[in-house]
Amino acid sequence: MPEVRLGDLLVSLYDLFGWGLSEIGLNPSAVSILQKLVAAFILTNFCLLTPLLTIWLERKVSARFQDRLGPNRVGPFGLFQGFADIVKLITKEDITPAGADKTVFNIGPVIAVASVVGIWAVIPFTSTMVGTDINVGILYSVAVGAIGTLAIMMGGWASNNKYALLGSFRTVAQLVSYEVPMIIALLIPTLLAGSMSMNTIVQEQQVWFVVAAPIAALLFLISSIAEVGRAPFDLLEAESEIVAGFHVEYTGMKFGVWMLAEFLHAFTICALTAVVFLGGWRGPWVDQYPLLGVVYFLIKTYFVSMIMLWIRVTVPRVRIDQMNDLNWKFLVPLSLVALVVTALVDKSIPVDFSIGSRSLILFLANMLIVVATLFVLRRVSRKEQAAQSELQAEVNSV
Amino acid sequence: MTASQIFFILFASATLVAAYLVVTVRNLIHAALWLVASLLGIASIFVMLDASFMATVEVVLYIGAIAILIVFAVMLTRRVMEDVGPQRINTWWFGAILATLFFVSASALIWLTKWPTLPEGDVGNTVLILGKSLVDPSKYVVPFEIASVLLIVALIGSIAVALPSKQPE
Repeated sequence: MPEVRLGDLLVSLYDLFGWGLSEIGLNPSAVSILQKLVAAFILTNFCLLTPLLTIWLERKVSARFQDRLGPNRVGPFGLFQGFADIVKLITKEDITPAGADKTVFNIGPVIAVASVVGIWAVIPFTSTMVGTDINVGILYSVAVGAIGTLAIMMGGWASNNKYALLGSFRTVAQLVSYEVPMIIALLIPTLLAGSMSMNTIVQEQQVWFVVAAPIAALLFLISSIAEVGRAPFDLLEAESEIVAGFHVEYTGMKFGVWMLAEFLHAFTICALTAVVFLGGWRGPWVDQYPLLGVVYFLIKTYFVSMIMLWIRVTVPRVRIDQMNDLNWKFLVPLSLVALVVTALVDKSIPVDFSIGSRSLILFLANMLIVVATLFVLRRVSRKEQAAQSELQAEVNSV
Repeated sequence: MTASQIFFILFASATLVAAYLVVTVRNLIHAALWLVASLLGIASIFVMLDASFMATVEVVLYIGAIAILIVFAVMLTRRVMEDVGPQRINTWWFGAILATLFFVSASALIWLTKWPTLPEGDVGNTVLILGKSLVDPSKYVVPFEIASVLLIVALIGSIAVALPSKQPE
């Protein structure tokens, strides 16, 4: 019988479960398949239930930002509002529009949720508790996320509605273009850790990568907010232009599943940020009690999600041309510069430097990039202002 | 039959069925979606070969980028929904002969080549080996650089093609 370690309770339970199964007389491969199935089932349900909490948190906190109370009727502090909403969504009439491509229409939201849940397979909760620690973890998370784009395309097209199709075009244009700075920003921690495996990246962060690569962290946060399509990048939904975007024809729980995918994706992005830039499960006493890692990981994730909320409720939404300008003229060049500078600086630091001074040098290099960027931005904006006033003068003289 | 053989047969047949449907379904969007399915099948075969990097790159590039571009292009063309014309052209036999020839020669090549076998056990971090051999002068740095230059030329070329012409029309 495997020993039960309280510090690593969940993994011990997993081992115990496997031991029990093999005691019944199952052969080892069947045991491991059953163990993994049960673990995947629990993880998936954790993922699917988390949005209940994050949606409540989001409504409550954004209400506070806007000097309102937010949900406060169902349960203590309105905590059970999510359940009430689910009941409402389930009891609503389920309409499939005439002329819709029924199969594609129905599997669209399923693929959207599946693509987000798939990312959680590589996210390490503790040093021992990780779905699967593949050596291409970061790339995998990007790859699986990319399937979500396809789901939006399918949903928008299958609805047989012009607004839905336009909405999904917009969405895909936004998602595909913001993937570029996101992937480049993820390359920087990969470079610093020397691995694409999520767990190795966390282990390499004696000093969090947000110190050594603040620009990459910021770029990742901005581009991933755009990637999940939340304010200020919520162009996918524009009541005055394209109604509700790609999910305009979805009703009842199918609509609920799209919402679930969106909120879960936002939460997943926060978890990824916490793992890649904020040291994931790292924290005091985590070596003795690995289970504490879950707590640190969740605290960091919720911290990032609060930052996202803060951005969401304070920054005005951008226009479509501003969105493209921001991406192609600002984020992509900046991310390329940051990548090259980080690679060169990291390589030129002598090997015998401590991890602290190494991070400090990288931080200073990043700050230099920030100053240079600000100078460039000032020059560009002055030039534009000059052109603007020249134009104005011309108009006045006529 | 071992478990991995069963899985291989499952994935391979799913890939083949999806690939067959790509060319036979009449709805263009469905064809594009079946293409995605068959690419996923290929990715899963890469997974079975422990080539995790190839599998993820397959998904990122072919599903995340190329398939979405294809779907985009198909959606933006007119008469997308249904093609009612005949699915065969008069010279179909010529294509069939070419395809059979290609199939026979490709399988003969696969059959006759002496494939190097991996050493038993753990070969180490495959991603690391791949990355190092791509920049190793004694291995693949020249093809890698040529491919990179080619891609950049294609990028610049596509921008040049897409640029609006300066002359007034």
